[in-house]
Amino acid sequence: MSLPAIEVSGLSKRYVIEHESRHDSLRDTLHHAARKVWRRARWGTGFEKEEFWALRDLSFTVEPGEIVGVIGRNGAGKSTLLKILSRITEPTAGRVALRGRVASLLEVGTGFHPDLTGRENIFLNGAILGMTRLEIRGKFDEIVAFAEIEQFIDTPVKRYSSGMYVRLAFAVAAHLEPEILIVDEVLAVGDAQFQRKCVGKIKDVTRGDGRTVLLVSHNIATVANLCSRVLWLERGRLRSFGPTEQAAEAYLRQFSPEHSLAFATAALPRDQRHMGGLTIVSVELNAGEPLVNREAVSARIHFKTSKALTDVSFGLGFANTDGTRLITVDSDFHLERRDLPAGCTGYVELRLASLDLGPGTYCLDTGARSGEATPLDYLPSFGVTEVHPRSGAPAGFAFLGGGVRASAQWHWVTL
Amino acid sequence: MSSSPHGSSFASTEIIIEAGRPSANYWRDLWRYRELAGLLAWRDIKVRYKQAALGIAWAVIQPAVQTILLTFVFGKLAKMPDGGVPYPLIVLTGLLPWQLFTSAFSGAGNSLVGNSHLISKVYFPRLLVPLSALAVALVDFVVMLALALPVIVIFGQSPGWQLLLLPLFVALALLIAFGAGLWITALTVKFRDFRFITPFILQVGVFITPVGFRTDFLPNWRDLLALNPLSGVVDGMRWCLLGGRTDLYLPGLGVSIAVAFLLLASGIWYFRRTERQFADII
Repeated sequence: MSLPAIEVSGLSKRYVIEHESRHDSLRDTLHHAARKVWRRARWGTGFEKEEFWALRDLSFTVEPGEIVGVIGRNGAGKSTLLKILSRITEPTAGRVALRGRVASLLEVGTGFHPDLTGRENIFLNGAILGMTRLEIRGKFDEIVAFAEIEQFIDTPVKRYSSGMYVRLAFAVAAHLEPEILIVDEVLAVGDAQFQRKCVGKIKDVTRGDGRTVLLVSHNIATVANLCSRVLWLERGRLRSFGPTEQAAEAYLRQFSPEHSLAFATAALPRDQRHMGGLTIVSVELNAGEPLVNREAVSARIHFKTSKALTDVSFGLGFANTDGTRLITVDSDFHLERRDLPAGCTGYVELRLASLDLGPGTYCLDTGARSGEATPLDYLPSFGVTEVHPRSGAPAGFAFLGGGVRASAQWHWVTL
Repeated sequence: MSSSPHGSSFASTEIIIEAGRPSANYWRDLWRYRELAGLLAWRDIKVRYKQAALGIAWAVIQPAVQTILLTFVFGKLAKMPDGGVPYPLIVLTGLLPWQLFTSAFSGAGNSLVGNSHLISKVYFPRLLVPLSALAVALVDFVVMLALALPVIVIFGQSPGWQLLLLPLFVALALLIAFGAGLWITALTVKFRDFRFITPFILQVGVFITPVGFRTDFLPNWRDLLALNPLSGVVDGMRWCLLGGRTDLYLPGLGVSIAVAFLLLASGIWYFRRTERQFADII
């Protein structure tokens, strides 16, 4: 059996926060040092130092060819772990062995320069990610085709739309051929169609040559879709490391421990790109009544705004546990969008006449946007909920599994 | 995979990450990432000369104005001796090395903070960043030199065989700028106000370096001036460009070389010592 691709043992990272000290300038440092000496002389103590362990005694191994998802709340240590594995920062203690050529993608388009053209940025970004000029030249056409920007390849990227920019950036990254790929959140970019393409590309990449992937994501659905095992971090320590299904369900359930019909969403991790003046504070399903197949259902999305917004719409989605969206309910699907003033709180309520989902467990996502394409807030898989069979449903119906259950008019003819 | 030139050599790599482990492969990595260094330099040059018209105009106007100003201050007001060489040429041949040093030093000095988005997102030997800043300064210097040489000839001075030694003085200027730049850029990561030190050094430096006057007619001051490592560089380059019509002061040159290597060695030492914290504090 071959050696593990990633071997982490006893990994810890400590940051020291010294109180009374924000010395960004030399003067502050000198001033601070003088006061420190004075305090020492007088009281025998210096300033208080607070230690913060971003990672504490973390050990795990990843076999070659595995795709491992890393989940955890903000501040759990995910980014620190990636930074150490990418050799950007040093651990305080512990040891990591990486066997194979490593590439890490901590953001999309690192080093892109707005004044350079698409072509120039492909070479620059490729080199930054560790590709040789020869490799980039060999894959150039493929990259351009993947990004779908053929006619703009000699235009400075500052004139690109944000979608084009992201597509080009991801295209370069997607054509890296490392043996170990370390990815942070980068899938949360672009439109849904491009996201699917990226997920597909990652799947291809890993299936082919037994490449090892470590993927950090807030989006549990993406993790569930791609990863075979999930590493769950909590306050710098390993909470669990096991098969995806178990981890994903446990992870989602912790957000709604009592009954999965009300979800506090204000403090959930979000992708920074979606923070745009509106926060979805909580979501309440069916006023606390259980969801029942083919019965009416309602949902309240509570929000607060921090600035005045125009053309706002809300949406709620139901997906099955591997992340495939089954029902999408958007407020602007057949009704108008509304303007909202700054600093207001409120809720939108939606009603479905009939919930056409079979009994089972579903993932929920919700979001708000302004106009066609400006995301204000988005919470991918913020919770799981249960749909129950209707009383009087045929026996065994509950075990048939989830999915959309459409009711139709049936016309029977026997001859 | 194995078709890529580095694929096979990377394939057998095992990277060990440990606390406080000096990366044994640092210098090998530096060599391996040489293409990136080239690309970073190319990026800066490209962006700088992108607005071509303005870029070239700027390269002409700035030294021209400075030449006129310094000729007036040192030649006319202070009536410094010229030894038969047209005064504007004394200034111009002093400005060339001075500009080279200035742009290399400030470029290297600002390089880490200017590339902080890269430092916090990707691994590569950080030494590449100040190193590639030198290339920009060198390109600027070549442009300026190409413009200055015809001027020297128009003023009736013909450079001689001494011109062949010019690359040595260029290298010396870059070494001093690099060594000093390493200190400044590493210190700036931790103490942001170190960036104010660069303009200060340059403001004072233009007067205590023989940019606007020649040292061979100032015997009393010559040894004092020679303590400034740039004196040797400026004197030397003037000697190259004016075909030996000024003296080459060897003790001054000795100081320059000694200081250049001292700065380089200590600069690399300090840079390497602080490098591993850059991403945490930048």
